[in-house]
Amino acid sequence: MSAATKMSAAPISATEASNGMELFLHQVLAGLATGGIYACMALAIVMIYQAIDSLNFAQGEMAMFSTFIAWQLIQWGLPYWVAFFATIGISFAAGVAIERIVFKPLRDAPLLSHIVVFIALFAILNSLAGFIWDFSIKSFPSPFGSRPLFGGLVSMHDAGMVFVTVILMLLLFVFFRYTRIGLAMRATAANPDSARLVGIRVGWMVALGWGMAAAIGAVAGMLIAPIVFLEPNMMLSILLYGFAAAVVGGLNSPLGAVVGGFTVGVIENLAGTFIPYIGRELKLTIALALIVAVLTLKPSGLFGKTIVHRV
Amino acid sequence: MAMNPHSASDTPADNQRLYLTLAVVVVAVILPFVVKNFLIFQLTLAMVYAIAILGLNLLTGFNGQFSLGHSAFFAIGAYTAAILMDHWDVAYYWTLPAAGIACMISGFLFGLPALRLEGIYLALATFSLAVAAPQILKSSPLEPWTGGVQGITIIKPDAPFGLPLNSDQWLYFFTLALLLALFAGAANLVNSRTGRAIMAIRDNSIAARSMGIDVSLYKALTFGVSAFYTGVAGALGAIVIQFVAPDSFTFVLAIGLFVGLVVGGVGSIAGTLFGGLFVLFVPNIAEHISKGLAGAVYGIILILVIYLMPSGAAGLARLIGTKLARRHS
Amino acid sequence: MKNRMTLLTATVVGFALAATPALAQKKYDAGASDTEIKIGNINPYSGPASAYGLIGKTIGAYFNKINAEGGINGRKINYISYDDAYSPPKAVEQARKLVESDEVLLVFQSLGTPSNSAIHKYMNAKKVPQLFVATGATKWGDPKNFPWTMGWQPNYQSEARIYAKYLLEKYPNAKIGILYQNDDYGKDYVKGLKDGLGAKAATMIISEQPYETSDPTVDSQVINLKASGADVFFNVTTPKFAAQAIRKAAEIGWKPLHLLNNVSNSVGSVLKPAGLENANGVVSTAYYKDPTDPTWKDDAAFKRWADFMAKYFSDGDKSSSFTVYGFAVAQTMVQVLKQCGDDLTRENVMKQAANLKNVDIDMLLPGIKVNTSATDFFPIKQMQLMRFNGERWQLFGPVLNGGVGS
Repeated sequence: MSAATKMSAAPISATEASNGMELFLHQVLAGLATGGIYACMALAIVMIYQAIDSLNFAQGEMAMFSTFIAWQLIQWGLPYWVAFFATIGISFAAGVAIERIVFKPLRDAPLLSHIVVFIALFAILNSLAGFIWDFSIKSFPSPFGSRPLFGGLVSMHDAGMVFVTVILMLLLFVFFRYTRIGLAMRATAANPDSARLVGIRVGWMVALGWGMAAAIGAVAGMLIAPIVFLEPNMMLSILLYGFAAAVVGGLNSPLGAVVGGFTVGVIENLAGTFIPYIGRELKLTIALALIVAVLTLKPSGLFGKTIVHRV
Repeated sequence: MAMNPHSASDTPADNQRLYLTLAVVVVAVILPFVVKNFLIFQLTLAMVYAIAILGLNLLTGFNGQFSLGHSAFFAIGAYTAAILMDHWDVAYYWTLPAAGIACMISGFLFGLPALRLEGIYLALATFSLAVAAPQILKSSPLEPWTGGVQGITIIKPDAPFGLPLNSDQWLYFFTLALLLALFAGAANLVNSRTGRAIMAIRDNSIAARSMGIDVSLYKALTFGVSAFYTGVAGALGAIVIQFVAPDSFTFVLAIGLFVGLVVGGVGSIAGTLFGGLFVLFVPNIAEHISKGLAGAVYGIILILVIYLMPSGAAGLARLIGTKLARRHS
Repeated sequence: MKNRMTLLTATVVGFALAATPALAQKKYDAGASDTEIKIGNINPYSGPASAYGLIGKTIGAYFNKINAEGGINGRKINYISYDDAYSPPKAVEQARKLVESDEVLLVFQSLGTPSNSAIHKYMNAKKVPQLFVATGATKWGDPKNFPWTMGWQPNYQSEARIYAKYLLEKYPNAKIGILYQNDDYGKDYVKGLKDGLGAKAATMIISEQPYETSDPTVDSQVINLKASGADVFFNVTTPKFAAQAIRKAAEIGWKPLHLLNNVSNSVGSVLKPAGLENANGVVSTAYYKDPTDPTWKDDAAFKRWADFMAKYFSDGDKSSSFTVYGFAVAQTMVQVLKQCGDDLTRENVMKQAANLKNVDIDMLLPGIKVNTSATDFFPIKQMQLMRFNGERWQLFGPVLNGGVGS
């Protein structure tokens, strides 16, 4: 019994030791594929952070709900791309609506109260989704097909997802760096009072931020669902990894979010495969320890800018 | 609500608060003799959560350090008690200080690297701790101690000295006594120089440092004390539920404690009682209202509470108290 | 003369008493009365295991049907089901609520190993039946130490032993890779397989890959299993991860002998999302009929289940095997209560639960019956192997007995 445990405690069997390099590459590739999921989610998180200087714990559930809406539209007969863009539009509007209705009255409330409302939003969306569409898994179509690449380690869909994520990242980067609205949004998040003084409509900036974050979340959800299967609890762990990715990369950097996502995915896979004995059981813990380590050494993340606060 | 038995002048407000406290205590003592065992069990659990929330309050409410990870300390306390009772037959009352000390040390140790983190980053780091805790508890290296996924079952203690109380009632009074002692301790801490230093760090840590307060030491110590409280609560909880398993201490608990903190009133010691009651009973009420949409009802109740009582129950109480005082004067 | 009179009187009185057994022997514990039987249940309607909440709902619908048809011996079932969100402390609270506040006669089909472990000692201390628990862990069939607790479904170790026996017979040189959920459900299966393989376990099992329910995918683990060179894939996963594993294995071109655990072999809920062509050749075990299998189209029991779904649970998922499971276990409960007659004490409930002899329950596979005794607290021990042909499951081989506990 102990011999069996010992032998199978080794992550790879002895005969495969010579293929260690091959396995390493495989896990890196698979890690990049999973990392694409995290990167996508992390972009939505960075978006909301840029808008409200805080993290929305319900971001994942909003993405999940959007994906269900898309699924329902497809069930009702709409072609995929029509449903895709309709969902993005609906999600944008819903994000703006949530901000105006739920969060505007709380504008002056302390951060802790905001977090409780995020938690409330999470509970409402999760429960509502389960009530309407029940908890069994549903398949969600992929626009890229699922043809395997690289011997099946990655699929067309994984590659497509990475592609879309990178495009989104570039769009966000350009938006924040080179457009007036992007600049106005960053100003609003950094210093709402000063922003108001220079004529920025602070309220609508925040609402716009929410809408964009909801829209990006919807894209993330629709890209993720084909891989992990659609169900109300699908985004919970992904949100966590997304947070990790965003933090590691730097919360105010879209590039950081994407790099962070891939980093977390690869490290998680490598830790699970190559750290003996406990690596497989503590994959999540190792990923989280990584975050804490990065935060301790470089609190603003790999690509983040250190914000200097006036005393 | 600060209990200050040594104040030089007893203002009418202080007297009011003292009478209110006494009234609540009297009701609390009579309750187990008039209600069913099940309700006693629930109230005991609510008190356990109140103590855990008080621990969180010391760190987040009074010291401004954000924690979404206190379920980890609750778990450490619970498992300490369970392992001591299961492996070494230690009497239940000795497990409480042991759990407290174990948590104080681990809290302090976690507080050290946390010194560099602020606000949302600290929230994330602590949340990571909460998420990782069940996985660590399940892991094979620890399995001989923790029982792995199967958990550990504990035997409920009976009333000592042959008192005419059943074990539910006994545990209730035991918890109540501990709660009063711990609350008094917290109140003393908060009203002392140390307490003021802790709050100064929350309000403006740079100013505090320039006034000579060793911010790093105080922050780490507060982490330790906060973990102590939550750890003792965890040990108590383990004894009351009679079972510990990794699934009992997921991040859902951490979020629950956080919600209890805000709902009770950040920075209010008495508010944690309301927080504990809220965390235990409101999910049940939500389920009662709608079986299929219990989570949604809970969320809506939360939002209403935040809107109507932005400073928590304590804030509301203060508001009512001020209004009444104004009417009297 | 006097003696004969006494004897005659005694005989007459004796006959009179014997002729009216019901009136003389109505016995009730808390939760039972002339008009109702209170049955408690704890299910995860929220939280990570919320997919299983469908079982609790199916049971409620079935009890509605029984009530609509007149109840059991004239008594209506009052079914009280609470959510524990798969959290042990909440399960303890709900169990105490059911027993002490709602005063149910028994707790039926509480779901999940952690939740049942949490209330195990309490239920036995309070002497309240913890009946037909919804988990396949082996520890529930222990009448000597826990006389008030009984499982229902074939336990996981038994099922794993069936696979082990199959492997030893047909593929004695197999190299086995295991994917398992890192909790006692998963570990129970692994133990069963190892015990079943006996001395050969150490050489046959070459890779064990655990996963957590918090993992987004199991892709990494499946890649590791392929890399290990395994040609048998023992897949111990819950539905979502089972679907992922089946699909990933196909995507990376790994075609092992795929042994899929019973928990996740539903065509509608697992194989279809995974891709029916990807699941071709998968082997599993069954003890009840898959609702999407056209083989049972004209089967009387199937028709009864389909009628029940149409009439009493129209928005229930007809492709999910959870509804079949709920239907069958609720029917078993009703059988026990019927056998109790007017003696509705908790003790008699356990006695009758331990007194099921070759009971035929709708939707169980032909040849599989429910059997219990005072020393045998495993109501269902039989299973049959089946192979998926790309469209539906095809049973093969004889009905087998698991071995553990029987």
